[in-house]
Amino acid sequence: MSEHIVRAYDKELDELGRRIAEMGGIAEKMVIDAMDALSNVDLVLAQQVIAADPRLDAIQREIEEQAILTIARRQPMAVDLREIIGAIRIAGDLERVGDLAKNIAKRTVTIGQEARLPRALVGLKHMNELATELMKDVLDAYAQRDVERAQAVWTRDAELDALEDSVFRDLLTHMMEDPRNISFCAHLLFCSKNIERIGDHATNIAETVFYLVTGGTLPAERPKGRPDLNVASFGTAAK
Amino acid sequence: MTMTETVAAVAAPLPGHGLPQKISVRNLKFYYGDTMALKGINLPLYANNVTSFIGPSGCGKSTLLRVLNRMYDLYPKQRAEGEVLLDGQNLLDPRQDLNLLRSRVGMVFQKPTPFPMSIYDNIAFGIKLYEKVPRSELDGRVEEALKGAALWGEVKDKLTASGLSLSGGQQQRLCIARTVAVSPEVILLDEPCSALDPISTSKIEELIDELKDSYTIAIVTHNMQQAARVSQFTAFMYLGELVEFDDTSKVFTSPREKRTQDYITGRFG
Amino acid sequence: MASYASRRAANRIMMGLCWAATLFGLAWLALILITLFWNGFAGINLDVFTHDTPGPNTEGGGLRNAIVGSLIMTALGVGIGTPIGILAGTYMAEYGRYSRLTFYIRFVNDILLSAPSIIIGLFIYAALITEGIEHRIVGYSAIAGALALAVIVIPVVVRTTEDMLLLVPNPLREAASALGLPRSHVVLKIAYKAARAGLITGVLLAVARAAGETAPLLFTVQSDQFFSLDLTKQMANLPVVINNFAGKGYANWQQLAWTGALIITLAVLTLSIAARVLSAQRTQK
Repeated sequence: MSEHIVRAYDKELDELGRRIAEMGGIAEKMVIDAMDALSNVDLVLAQQVIAADPRLDAIQREIEEQAILTIARRQPMAVDLREIIGAIRIAGDLERVGDLAKNIAKRTVTIGQEARLPRALVGLKHMNELATELMKDVLDAYAQRDVERAQAVWTRDAELDALEDSVFRDLLTHMMEDPRNISFCAHLLFCSKNIERIGDHATNIAETVFYLVTGGTLPAERPKGRPDLNVASFGTAAK
Repeated sequence: MTMTETVAAVAAPLPGHGLPQKISVRNLKFYYGDTMALKGINLPLYANNVTSFIGPSGCGKSTLLRVLNRMYDLYPKQRAEGEVLLDGQNLLDPRQDLNLLRSRVGMVFQKPTPFPMSIYDNIAFGIKLYEKVPRSELDGRVEEALKGAALWGEVKDKLTASGLSLSGGQQQRLCIARTVAVSPEVILLDEPCSALDPISTSKIEELIDELKDSYTIAIVTHNMQQAARVSQFTAFMYLGELVEFDDTSKVFTSPREKRTQDYITGRFG
Repeated sequence: MASYASRRAANRIMMGLCWAATLFGLAWLALILITLFWNGFAGINLDVFTHDTPGPNTEGGGLRNAIVGSLIMTALGVGIGTPIGILAGTYMAEYGRYSRLTFYIRFVNDILLSAPSIIIGLFIYAALITEGIEHRIVGYSAIAGALALAVIVIPVVVRTTEDMLLLVPNPLREAASALGLPRSHVVLKIAYKAARAGLITGVLLAVARAAGETAPLLFTVQSDQFFSLDLTKQMANLPVVINNFAGKGYANWQQLAWTGALIITLAVLTLSIAARVLSAQRTQK
């Protein structure tokens, strides 16, 4: 894309992009660290994750303020308008991702030394790796305005949903095996839900990237890779 | 570029497809002497819609407007080729009665041009030209036209004052009232707000929005936000060509053509 | 600082020279006017307007026949010249603005505008009056004088009409045309209306010009000692009377010449001021 006649306009848009990248880096690290803290029962790391969140919130507010200023100053049109609206939306998604990672970290602190059953964490780690990958991909897609990569993220979220289902079943099994696991596993259930939500935000960002590059929207229905979540299906699938 | 392909693939064949066309411009070429100013324009103006023309200076948008009421006929060495159909009749036909055409296709100019006479006469003048109207009825018609241009409240107590005594924005609304008074079918607005302050501009924009229920409107503007606000369809012209014609909402959020995008986002040149 | 001081000095010198030149020019004008007023007012009395020009060796007398004659011929000349001038100017500004013909007309008109008036007098003389006594079309007559004045009026009116109409902004014409007005309406109801003050100014200037001309009348009307309203005969008129009386030895003739000159000057001055006031009003709008 060629440059604007008013160079300060380009600078403002570049700055927005840079702040998003910064947020993305922080959010990605929080997701990774939160999982590490959980699996290693590393309370210090968990505290660090919690401590990182306000920074993310602050950048999000800055991005919004700057975007509003740019809209007021430049009356952006077409791709510029989409760029700015995209930045606001992505900043919102990343801020939520940070909240979700913080929530995992908080649970890690709550569970503390009561952590047990390392094998229950395997599926969760797996989910987190996938979620981290989606985050990384979608942030790259944003940085490079790469529609295909964004679409790939959008499609792959189904895998994460499928993983969540299996983690759900695993954790349910652990709880049924031994009622003493229930409290711990209930926390893990929430963590898996959080990771699944992180995937959803990655999908949102993918949709935003698609919109800001093409001006079009992705279809409302995402390809679903998840069987119906009900006890009957759980019963058959558990075998 | 991937985006052009992606969007072009889903674009409709002709925007506004199916709407009645008040004016159809077909392969219109226009010459100033030997210079070709319009290079084969094809474009509809949909009835009861506002179509805005945007583009850098010299792109031919004003020229196109001046073809629609044959204003160019006032000047030598200017000629048009192709067809411009007004309700199916080619108005470029040499046998076309120009005064009749101009009574059907009214025009408002960049600079307010009140006639050197009273506010009342500015309006009555045009009406008396076409119809024999008794004085009592004329008063009503003048009032109606001034109300239609949202000017009545401001001038009703000084109808005998000179049209030149009004402010710029009022003068421009007087010109619109004058145009509306002779009940045209199409109204052409050539940068009607470029000499006005923001409040007057808003009033004119509000007026355009109301007028479109009764008239087909074409507006040339350098203010893209204005085009986005007042029009349903937007045509982007560049160097005598029509680069893009589409729903206004489409043009200003995701135009098909890179040149359009560069222009409306301020990346030209 | 030295250069600043020298610049100031140069500025002062230039200013001084300008003032001096202005004063020098104005001084003569003032001298002329003072002499004229001094000598002219001395002879102003009711007799000037009620008695006709005196013959040689007669006492008193006035300028009644000359004033009336001047009024008649000026009115006639302007009456003939103005419509022609306005129509020609209208053609040039409204209909033939871009035509080659207009270009030539403007060129010729400008020459005519600056032609010495004596040539115009000579032309009318040659065209209407000479050609042998039997074949002459008219003799020395008021009508020939009026025609000569018309020829002087025409280029002035053509020029001002064209200029004033060109000053009418084109968008105004376009706006009128855009309402569907035929061209003739655009000219008559819009362009003339917008240029009215300017057009009147032009005519007033033409009147002033015609009123003061002597040379063409010398060749075409000469003068007459008696009161006459017959357009086909010689007719008394101020410029020629002044010309005839000024150089002669009779004291009452000389006095009448001064008075006549004052009357013409005042008339021209009034017209010029009226023209100025009108055009000032136009620009104020």
